[in-house]
Amino acid sequence: MAVVFERPHALTDVPMHYCPGCGHGIIHRLVAEAIDSLGIEGKTIGVASVGCSVFSYNYFNTDMVQAAHGRAPAVATGVKRANPENVVFTYQGDGDLAAIGTAETVHAAARGENITIIFVNNAIYGMTGGQMAPTSLPGQITQTSPYGRDVNTVGYPVKVSEMLSQLDGAAYIERVAINNTKNIRAAAKAIKKAFTYQTEGKGFTLIEVVSTCPTNWGLTPEKAMGWLEENMLPYYPLGVYKDKYADKN
Amino acid sequence: MVKISFRTDRCKGCGLCVTACPKKLLAMDSEKINAQGHHPATITDASACVGCASCALICPDCVITIIKE
Repeated sequence: MAVVFERPHALTDVPMHYCPGCGHGIIHRLVAEAIDSLGIEGKTIGVASVGCSVFSYNYFNTDMVQAAHGRAPAVATGVKRANPENVVFTYQGDGDLAAIGTAETVHAAARGENITIIFVNNAIYGMTGGQMAPTSLPGQITQTSPYGRDVNTVGYPVKVSEMLSQLDGAAYIERVAINNTKNIRAAAKAIKKAFTYQTEGKGFTLIEVVSTCPTNWGLTPEKAMGWLEENMLPYYPLGVYKDKYADKN
Repeated sequence: MVKISFRTDRCKGCGLCVTACPKKLLAMDSEKINAQGHHPATITDASACVGCASCALICPDCVITIIKE
């Protein structure tokens, strides 16, 4: 008898509060699978962000800290420097990381902190009800851009992976997506690699996961996956943006 | 033999598993309503399942477990 698929141990056995079809559930599982496969559950410390994913502290079977809005990389820096033997990750959405937390994120990368950031980009503020985020696409209709995002007045989306890959302190930056099983498998591989780099002391790692928000996009979960592929992936191309150790693997 | 099981009380009825199944074996069970008020996912022909785990991979709520015997 061989188990092909079951719930990873690093996820607590409680129902998640996320909406039906939300990408957070899939990404939580991928992180938990990476923790399981590396056998680091007992020494991993997570930092939760503000937004829908704040409740990740209830779902990861690891020690968790709740940071102020956007400050998860700063809190993770402290946790990691005080406990260098532990594996430290943050789990942040785009409203948290790319808006109020931009400074903390950029400087954590610039310092080359040996932490892993799981950055979930769904191009909208989820928990507060679907407002325009820094990552909302040009022309995207949200609660606060009812005529579509006008780049002449509110500017262009922030491409976090491209931006951080320019910093010498960053060791590994990859953008992945969860719109189909092929991309989910690739995302799992990237997240595991980021954690592996951290255990090897290789420095700052960030995985940007392009995800969905069916509720605030006003789409069914199935159609949201299609919208992601048609609209988000052309603007946020998938791939490895930086891998300092690509030649040495 | 592949054994696929659903934790129906956790299913939110999003239907992503239905779209992911390459053999189109999954469906939402319109006869049943779970404790959360959703029609849970079910398999129409368990004997035809090859155990590829695509459904489990895309399920956001870890509803599906797959065991090969």
